[in-house]
Amino acid sequence: MKPTGYTLDATFAALADPTRRAILARLAAGDASVTELAEPFDMSQPAVSKHLKVLERAGLISRSRQAQRRPRRLEPRPLAEATDWIERYRRIWEGNYKRLDAVLQELKTKQKKTIDALLHEVKPKPNKKRRTR
Amino acid sequence: MKTAALKVTTPSERELVMTREFDAPRGMVFDALTKPELVQRWLLGPPGWTMPVCEIDLRVGGKYRYVWRNADGREMGMGGTFKEMVRPSRLAATESYDDHWTGGETLVTTELVETRGKTTVSTTVRYATREARDAALKMGATKGLEASYVRLDELLTA
Repeated sequence: MKPTGYTLDATFAALADPTRRAILARLAAGDASVTELAEPFDMSQPAVSKHLKVLERAGLISRSRQAQRRPRRLEPRPLAEATDWIERYRRIWEGNYKRLDAVLQELKTKQKKTIDALLHEVKPKPNKKRRTR
Repeated sequence: MKTAALKVTTPSERELVMTREFDAPRGMVFDALTKPELVQRWLLGPPGWTMPVCEIDLRVGGKYRYVWRNADGREMGMGGTFKEMVRPSRLAATESYDDHWTGGETLVTTELVETRGKTTVSTTVRYATREARDAALKMGATKGLEASYVRLDELLTA
């Protein structure tokens, strides 16, 4: 699956479930098949498969093509991204500050207009004088 | 327009510091940080949240109150008291969320430094404990997800 814009969000959603986190912890110890993964969780294979599908869509795991049992493998990169809380915090504030940039731009434009208007008010006066002369 | 990068560091186990440069003079930035009608336009956090309540009594000993609301109508509120207020260079205020997840009083100090018409804002968030800081970082992450969860749910049930 190609990485897309929502990958990181999908990663967090996938991590929100305790069973899926346990599956990842198991895979951190080594590749495992669906049967092997179903064992410790007292779950049916289809139920485990459903969780695996979520993890796969989130890019957290992949399946090996070589063996017929197609063992699942942990993909470390998205997991590292997901656990990088500071980065996440930074993103939220970057969003806030981008909006603040826009507010400041608007204030600067308003200030400039006010100054221009004041200068404009000052200018016509000498003209008037000239006309009355 | 090129925007300056936001730096986030954790200089001590109880602190978190954010630094960012803004292309505006200090007085203007100070206004944008303290006038409710301006704050409401940018201090929104993750996508999908609005800020229906923003009250700021800008003086030492004065209180402020913020409430955010998401698309589902869920609300999150916080507030505190100003401890320092030196316009346009410095602000310090306590910060406490309604659900008290920060485990004690958090002190937020904001410093504004102007150089050639640009202003650098440094915000130091000092949590009561290291655990509180770590919880806050996780919360920042978690709060950012709420809108995404909804999108993902839609995606998965489609």
